Amino acid sequence: MTKKKLLFSGMAVVLPLALAMVLVLHPIRAKSEAAASPMEVRVDNFTFGPDTLTVPVNSTVTWVNKDDVPHTIASSDRVFKSKALDTDDKYSYTFAKVGTYAYYCSIHPKMVGKIVVQ
Amino acid sequence: MRKTKLSDPNTNGFIGHDHNNDGIDRRGFLKCMAWAGTGALCVIEGGVLTSRALAFDMGSKTKSHKMGELSFVQISDSHMGFNKPANPDVIATLQAAVDKINALPEQPEFILHTGDISHLSKPSEFDMVDQILKATNKEIFFVPGEHDVLNDDGAMFRERYAKKSRGQGWYSFDKNGAHFIGLVNVMNLKAGGLGTLGSEQLQWMKNDLKHLKHSTPIVVFAHIPLWTVYPQWGWGTDDSAQALSYLKKFGSVTVLNGHIHQTMQKVEGNITFHTAFSTAFPQPAPGRAEGPGPMKVPAEQLRSILGITDVNYVQGRQALAVVDSSLV
Repeated sequence: MTKKKLLFSGMAVVLPLALAMVLVLHPIRAKSEAAASPMEVRVDNFTFGPDTLTVPVNSTVTWVNKDDVPHTIASSDRVFKSKALDTDDKYSYTFAKVGTYAYYCSIHPKMVGKIVVQ
Repeated sequence: MRKTKLSDPNTNGFIGHDHNNDGIDRRGFLKCMAWAGTGALCVIEGGVLTSRALAFDMGSKTKSHKMGELSFVQISDSHMGFNKPANPDVIATLQAAVDKINALPEQPEFILHTGDISHLSKPSEFDMVDQILKATNKEIFFVPGEHDVLNDDGAMFRERYAKKSRGQGWYSFDKNGAHFIGLVNVMNLKAGGLGTLGSEQLQWMKNDLKHLKHSTPIVVFAHIPLWTVYPQWGWGTDDSAQALSYLKKFGSVTVLNGHIHQTMQKVEGNITFHTAFSTAFPQPAPGRAEGPGPMKVPAEQLRSILGITDVNYVQGRQALAVVDSSLV
């Protein structure tokens, strides 16, 4: 067996293995990240905190209203919209596609925020 | 408390000198308005402002009611269903407002409610308000606040309070020679924007005013202020300038709003703007808190910053007297 052939057969073994590892490990890694990082936006004092949140694709973001008045979570492009959330009510949405999602409170439209899905 | 805030020249953008050359000294005007929290009467007649304390006015109102005169009350922001500090009992304060109305020496002919009847648009909340207001035994005209149209684009509001209205709930009517226009500026709000009237409503308003004499007194009422009080908190209406341009030809125009849970006035040429107390909870003066949320005050102070507005018009004069009085 020549040196070249050896290298080739070695790569034939390693490459699929590496690919498989990426395929297998990637969703697990994404999942564990999703669980570890707080995918929560607090609605407090007429603001979204944080006003921009960056998350991996397929993440579920939860908004919780900590204000004394109701608010809504409404996508500017009408992708998602919550009902009115009273104090301590929550709303969740799962982002299945990469992109930037601008949203606002349709009751108090000065309140704006953004979810960046990578 | 209100006195300090309203008379502070740094508080609001609208405080200034007579930019309109209409002869009205804003400083004098605000001096009058500084009394509003405890009850004061402001009369604007031919651009000259006079004011009297509420107690004096109450005494002078014993005269008999004449034809061509008009008296009505504005109430606002009942927020039925709200139950947090500083007011865990909005039922009691609305009832106190009703008692106040029923005790007026000259009984108003009808009532305007400038929105946020409910806190969460729930049928039970609307039911409770209806039940309490029934004790006034008066006709009531409503416009919606954003809290009344939360999850159905105002369908329930229109079914209950504005059956004969156009579009999203706007309408007009005539009383004793004065023309009243109820507008809706709490729907289809755009991200980053303020209140909105929309082109359909503006077109309707233009047509509605077309055939009126210029001497007809006009009263416009809507929830969110139709003048820019404080845009940082959304206290204004994006396309209100268009609506106000239709009103320029009229001799006497009064614009009544709610939403900001405090009394404020501004005069711009022929138009007097006024915002009413809430019957439920106070909100901070513009920019005086981190946000516009409910203002927490000691229990014994609460009723001094909630209240009703009594409006009187005497035909043949350009005067329209607006009296704010607190619940205590």
